[in-house]
Amino acid sequence: MRLTGWGRKPAVDAEVFAPYSIPDLRSRFPRARFRGIPRGNGRSYGDSALAPQVLSSRRLDRFLAFDAETGVLRCEAGVLLADILDVFVPRGWFLHATPGTKLISVGGAIASDVHGKSHHLEGCFSRHVERFSLMLADGGMVDCSKTQHADLFRATCGGMGLTGFILEATLRLKPIRSAYLRETTFKADDLDHALSLFAEQSGAPYSVAWIDCLATGPRLGRSLLMTGDFIDDGRLHGTAKTPLSVPVDTPGFALNRYSVTAFNALYYHRVRGRQRERVVHFDPFFYPLDGIGHWNRIYGKSGFTQYQFVIPKASGAAGIEEVLQRIAASKRGSFLAVLKTFGPANGNPLSFPMEGYTLALDFRLEPGLLPFLEELDRIVLDHGGRLYLTKDVRMSAETFRAGYPRWKEFQDLRRKYGADTTFRSLQSERLGL
Amino acid sequence: MQKILIIGATSAIAQATARRFAGRGDRLYLLGRDFDRLEALAQDLRIRGAESVDCANFEAENFAGHPALLDQAYETLGGIDVALIAHGTLPDQRACEQSFDEALRELNVNAIGTLSLLTHLANRMEQQGNGTLAVVSSPAGDRGRQSNYVYGAAKAMVTVFCQGLRNRLFGSGVRVLIIKPGFVDTPMTAAFEKGMLWAQPERIAAGIEKAIGKGADSVYLPGFWALIMLMIRSIPETVFKRLKL
Ligand SMILES: Cc1cc2nc3c(=O)[nH]c(=O)nc-3n(C[C@H](O)[C@H](O)[C@H](O)COP(=O)(O)OP(=O)(O)OC[C@H]3O[C@@H](n4cnc5c(N)ncnc54)[C@H](O)[C@@H]3O)c2cc1C
Ligand SMILES: NC(=O)c1ccc[n+]([C@@H]2O[C@H](COP(=O)([O-])OP(=O)(O)OC[C@H]3O[C@@H](n4cnc5c(N)ncnc54)[C@H](OP(=O)(O)O)[C@@H]3O)[C@@H](O)[C@H]2O)c1
Repeated sequence: MRLTGWGRKPAVDAEVFAPYSIPDLRSRFPRARFRGIPRGNGRSYGDSALAPQVLSSRRLDRFLAFDAETGVLRCEAGVLLADILDVFVPRGWFLHATPGTKLISVGGAIASDVHGKSHHLEGCFSRHVERFSLMLADGGMVDCSKTQHADLFRATCGGMGLTGFILEATLRLKPIRSAYLRETTFKADDLDHALSLFAEQSGAPYSVAWIDCLATGPRLGRSLLMTGDFIDDGRLHGTAKTPLSVPVDTPGFALNRYSVTAFNALYYHRVRGRQRERVVHFDPFFYPLDGIGHWNRIYGKSGFTQYQFVIPKASGAAGIEEVLQRIAASKRGSFLAVLKTFGPANGNPLSFPMEGYTLALDFRLEPGLLPFLEELDRIVLDHGGRLYLTKDVRMSAETFRAGYPRWKEFQDLRRKYGADTTFRSLQSERLGL
Repeated sequence: MQKILIIGATSAIAQATARRFAGRGDRLYLLGRDFDRLEALAQDLRIRGAESVDCANFEAENFAGHPALLDQAYETLGGIDVALIAHGTLPDQRACEQSFDEALRELNVNAIGTLSLLTHLANRMEQQGNGTLAVVSSPAGDRGRQSNYVYGAAKAMVTVFCQGLRNRLFGSGVRVLIIKPGFVDTPMTAAFEKGMLWAQPERIAAGIEKAIGKGADSVYLPGFWALIMLMIRSIPETVFKRLKL
């Protein structure tokens, strides 16, 4: 079966195993000849979930237990965050940490230790995971938590599927009293203004900014900062809309044009004065792009990559500014970039977030891009930052090691459990893991 | 709240449909042959909101056991609003050509077992004076082809039997829905390369729920298969017999 990541490059002809239950995995999965990588819903951008052999969780999608008092949910690894929201929002529960798409699996959320707009307060996905069970290279199935097989727990959260296959997990959900949030949008004239707004708004449960990458000179970093907070009006609607879809490939950069138009509309018209408030459903607030199925086709056949890095708070403004200047001068990349602040790092060896600022933007894969991104890597590393593995399709082993100094500890753990020879992705080969 | 019996409940198509029923708060009774998987599914459906879920073991070929099983389901649910019959296998056509024992087993599972269930259910529903019998057949039963005519013959038998039943029960308040899914990505079709025409079980499930709600007689799912099968059926036999299909 032909597989790609969300960025659509590279493509691999993979042998896919998709067990429909844990007993089925035990009895039919040819463990001895498996050399490959777990896969969830394929929403990672690059080659993290690609290998000639793939162990897919897509049929492991059952709910196993739910405690309506505490909001603790046990489910199989292939359950999508969207399924959790469909079932539990109407009963007053939401996710503590959710990325910008709900079309990802619980296993994928753990393996990338995903973050959302609440990282400054609620941390990564793994903070809200009580335990999970993991199939190791030798077929053994172990329970992992912060106290049981804690080394495996920490390495698997953010470990990009390279320690084993997550079978099921126990998560804590977050109580809500409405499916709607009060969203406040602030205008920021430049980068310093945006960062000081983030600092002022650090008590807001959710925050994110869109930066207009076309603004240069004194307006560099011109942006819209959006904060959100669940209200408590008791309206617990899930969703019902049938999503729009992009059925065929369209020429590159359409997304940019759309999004920049949307940005300008907001910046110049809708946001009168310095801020605007409205009440929005959680769907458009958290998952604006999920409404457009397969929007990744907008970039055309060449595919695209998302470049996401984090720079520690200490050197934050200078680092972000340097990268933005470089991108503006290159005339590459999306017209919009997404900026977020991170709270402190957790203790997982490969989790991406560290206290500071993270910026994400899309680039069409085209000639000349790779050397350019290497220049950006240099800036990021010089400021003590690193790149997000789940978006990556091209970083070098050196860049990886410089950004993730605990890589060696991670690799030692993989050796200890025999995972290094069994669980391998195109990405891990490239990164020398 | 509807009272729904699902036969072959662990099938990917049935499971996806059951989840829609559970989400509405229906009361469910599941029959299947792998009890561990049935129990796991039942628990999933309870969490998704089903009012209650019970299950029991069922073997399609054990015709003699069907009446007692169905009575038990009827009692537990307190009547049946919808019975969905979805179990099935995809025969190895070559093996069936070589061995009639093999072919007979496939016919028993895919056709005779279903007729056995329908006979009993139809009488129950007729007495009850309402209800829907929703039966998963297949476009393969629309026309015999060399690549799968044993399966096709079984599904054709199911289709014709259902048509007759519908005709008989007209006016009794009981509806009979024939469901013809096209290519669906399920364990049954795991060995096939998947292309443009393939659908996910969730899409079929949405179509099944809608067709039951509308009281339809027969549906192709997704709908475009109606057109494909119209073309397939309209090819004259003198031409068709030469085709490699
Ligand atoms: C529109 C969009 C917005 C996004 N926004 C954000 C964001 O705001 N924040 C953020 O953190 N991320 C974001 N992401 C990235 C996404 O959340 C991650 O890539 C996530 O891991 C994808 O999950 P998946 O189920 O699709 O996994 P896949 O893409 O299939 O796999 C991702 C990784 O998880 C591993 N994995 C998957 N399942 C298992 C398992 N059962 N056991 C072990 N390993 C497993 C794979 O091996 C692979 O390394 C976004 C992606 C998109 C497309
Ligand atoms: N997939 C397609 O492309 C397609 C197209 C048209 C029609 N259909 C029909 O759709 C229905 C559902 O199939 P599916 O695609 O969802 O496949 P599936 O997931 O493989 O389901 C088949 C189900 O039938 C059960 N079963 C098989 N033999 C049985 C027996 N002797 N007694 C009791 N149960 C038995 C299986 O039980 P176990 O799990 O225990 O084996 C399984 O639950 C079938 O009637 C099939 O013919 C499928």
